[in-house]
Amino acid sequence: MSAPLIADADHPVPLLDVQSLGVEFQTRSGTVRAIQDVSLSVRRGETVGVVGESGSGKSVLFYSVLGILDAAGRVTGGRAVFGGLDLTAASPSELAELRGREAAMIFQNPRAALNPIRKVGRQIEDVLARHTSTPSAQLRARAIEALAAVRIPDPERRYHAYPFELSGGLCQRVMIALSLACSPSLLIADEPTTGLDVTTQAAVMDLIRELATRRRMATVLITHDLGLAADYCDRIVVMHAGHVVETAPTAQLFAKPRHPYTARLVATTPHGAQSLSALAAIPGNLPDLRRADLPNCRFSERCDRKEAACVSEPLTTTEFEAGHRVACRRPL
Amino acid sequence: MLSLIARRLLAAIPSVLGIVVVTFVLTRALPGDPAAYYAGPAATAEAVEQIRVKLGLDQPLWRQFLDYAGDLARGDLGLSVSTGQPVSEELLRRLPASLEITLLGLLLAGAIALPLGILAATRPNSWIDHACRLVTTLGVSLPIFFTGLLLAYVFYYLLGWAPPPVGRLDSLYSPPPHWTGFYLIDSLIARDGRVFLSAAGQMVLPVITLALFVLAPIARMTRASMLGVLSSDFVRTARASGLTPATVLYRYAFRNAMLPVLTTLGMVFSFLLGSNVVIEKVFAWPGVGSYAVDALIQSDYAPVQGFVLVMALLFVAINLLIDVLYTVIDPRVSIES
Amino acid sequence: MDNRVATLDATSDASRPSALAAALRHARYVLGENPVTAAAFALFGAFLIAAVAGPWLAPFDPLATDAARALQPPSSTHWFGTDQLGRDIFSRVLVATSLDFGMAFAAVALSFGLGCGLGALAGYYGGWTDRLVSRLSDTIMAFPLFVLAMAIVAALGNSVANIIYATAIINLPFYIRVARAEVNVRRNAGYVEAARLAGNGELRVLACHIFPNILPPVMVQISLNMGWAILNAAGLSFIGLGVRPPQPEWGIMVAEGGSYMISGEWWVSFFPGAVLMLAVFCFNLLGDGLRDLIDPRRRT
Repeated sequence: MSAPLIADADHPVPLLDVQSLGVEFQTRSGTVRAIQDVSLSVRRGETVGVVGESGSGKSVLFYSVLGILDAAGRVTGGRAVFGGLDLTAASPSELAELRGREAAMIFQNPRAALNPIRKVGRQIEDVLARHTSTPSAQLRARAIEALAAVRIPDPERRYHAYPFELSGGLCQRVMIALSLACSPSLLIADEPTTGLDVTTQAAVMDLIRELATRRRMATVLITHDLGLAADYCDRIVVMHAGHVVETAPTAQLFAKPRHPYTARLVATTPHGAQSLSALAAIPGNLPDLRRADLPNCRFSERCDRKEAACVSEPLTTTEFEAGHRVACRRPL
Repeated sequence: MLSLIARRLLAAIPSVLGIVVVTFVLTRALPGDPAAYYAGPAATAEAVEQIRVKLGLDQPLWRQFLDYAGDLARGDLGLSVSTGQPVSEELLRRLPASLEITLLGLLLAGAIALPLGILAATRPNSWIDHACRLVTTLGVSLPIFFTGLLLAYVFYYLLGWAPPPVGRLDSLYSPPPHWTGFYLIDSLIARDGRVFLSAAGQMVLPVITLALFVLAPIARMTRASMLGVLSSDFVRTARASGLTPATVLYRYAFRNAMLPVLTTLGMVFSFLLGSNVVIEKVFAWPGVGSYAVDALIQSDYAPVQGFVLVMALLFVAINLLIDVLYTVIDPRVSIES
Repeated sequence: MDNRVATLDATSDASRPSALAAALRHARYVLGENPVTAAAFALFGAFLIAAVAGPWLAPFDPLATDAARALQPPSSTHWFGTDQLGRDIFSRVLVATSLDFGMAFAAVALSFGLGCGLGALAGYYGGWTDRLVSRLSDTIMAFPLFVLAMAIVAALGNSVANIIYATAIINLPFYIRVARAEVNVRRNAGYVEAARLAGNGELRVLACHIFPNILPPVMVQISLNMGWAILNAAGLSFIGLGVRPPQPEWGIMVAEGGSYMISGEWWVSFFPGAVLMLAVFCFNLLGDGLRDLIDPRRRT
């Protein structure tokens, strides 16, 4: 088993390439500019952490990429190319074909994320039947295999379980089994450990890492916990109020954060400690994304290095070393 | 599963007991002296006393209650004064007529309300959502006797599409041989197409009237419940797994959304059984409701008490059925109890 | 939205004038946002005027028969036409408002008083009080409600008062349920403990400190219940219970005109029926509006 990062690092085309993506929500109280000019890429086999406060748009970004936004949301611009296909231009049925087969997603609160009145085994079968040509007689065996692959003890029995009969950790394993049943090349894990207790959190994350490595699968870890991202990710993308503010390899981000926001995050996150709710320590709140007078740099109102141009001039992104990009006029 | 159903049955016993006690109290609370009433206005004091003894009204109250409960257990609901017939026989004979329109009304209401509620929930703020909201608010405001008459005026008098709104069958035909008492089924068994069509024609207006009335609560609940389920985490998971919109909507959202709807079905039946009385008066329908109303107007109380008892027991049975159905659909119930 | 709810709570906890003003502002805001609710309020006002001043507003004597003018269609003289005895239907519909509203108001007031009292006791004391009240409520709910109302009127006697009692009884469980749940939640709230520690007796705590706070949800229940109470009372008189001819009442007027509906004289039944429907519709809209006013989050 080779280290995927090295093997695929210079693969010419990234698996997922998001360019200048914008997303808006129409609400009764105005238009929410949830995502603006966001670019990021995920290469085959690597693990990318997307870190930000709740409301920073990190989940919305990937919902829009996979085409599962609410009816109120729409993509206003940019592209998201996945395996050669521009997802923003793809039809709903093309996207549905791809979801669960090529790109899968798991969520927080795994027990609520599973259908409460359908046996977990049957829910895995639903996905297999949709995306593979498995004969129906073999669906059950394949579903049990999928349960066994995430090391659920006694998978034949668990096949018949309903979500309410399983612990939170087991439910998240079922979710992982369900999302990986068709061997996707990309797994998007949206706060996969929220709502689980600490020991279970580590077990779930280790399982995701192990499966990703074995299957050479790219993983996006969406989290508000920079410490968690530090432990499991090759690269980290920091988001704030619908903007990507900094992207860097994990070690570099911690060693030399360039964006004032990242710097504060890193300062409040002792590397490796996961118990600290790190992001609460940043002063101020996310700006109201419905405002018409949003500053060009959406962090400027919380920033002590702000100058007039931060508000009036368009936000620019600077590349420092290879792969270390910062969207800041006055980086550290 | 079987023990569960047995437990539900046991849980229904207090309701049945309550019903028996209430109907007994209502019988004994009849205005005036029942013995004097049964004896008639010209009876002497001795005659009244004789009847009192004959009816057991001289016994202590607990004794009377036991007698009453014993009669019920034997299926004896007393005699109708105006017809002289046993109430239980008459009720049994008329029950199918009532059930036929009640069930068809519910079926029609469900056939319209479920898709309407689902469409409204999947397309919030579209014209169909507004239509659904209008229908649900209007529907619960409809006095059912008024809608019935209005429909009869429009479809019988103005348009001439419906047959005269009187009874179960055109007077040209005689009822099909009795099997189930449901004319639609019996006429099919007898292979009598004309009777089937006539019976169906007579049923159209009362069934539509009933359906219009109960459509509202079903549609309202379906819409609310679907809205909740569609924004739930597990539907998001189903969509994120690429399941087809049809699978997501029916196998995931709809089945879950039906659970609260099933619960409101008990209330819907309460409405339905009550509206039957009114509908049968409007359409001169020879069911149990019109039997009770006619008896009530003539101060003939045994049929009224029998009717109330039968309706209440039917309602308990329906609620029991709903409970069992719920248990079958929702695996969580069996663990909790 | 949250602070608006808080404002309302504050009003009922201690009715300070500023909080009251805030609640009124909020009401004006909600009515401005919901023209439908505002219209329902206006309609309700019109019905109230008709109920109070009906006999003075009526152009004709509602009981005066005139065989020569029987079954005349609506005209400029008789806006709603005349019935089989030549009585002016418009006047009868107008005058009937007070009886129909009166029956519904009285029934709802009765079930509100009794139901809230029982429900509050059950929720506050729990134990066997709770079991007894719940059993009563369950027993009522074990009957199809209209059928039970019929049986009660049959047993107590055929009169308007008994229609009111029957309607009140079948609505009891709804009030018991709401009051019991709301009191149960607040039984051990901080301000209740404080009132107890201040030396208030249990009943006084219940009546003066808890009860005012359960009024908002109960108000919603009342307005949703009014329409159903009117329907129920009119339905009972439609099948021939309670109200006696020639007394004008919407349900019995529809019943009297029923046979003319299929011979073409639609107006005899139509107008009382339509006005009845309008009244119920008005109450249902008010109920929905009131629910939004009191708890904007519970909108469905």
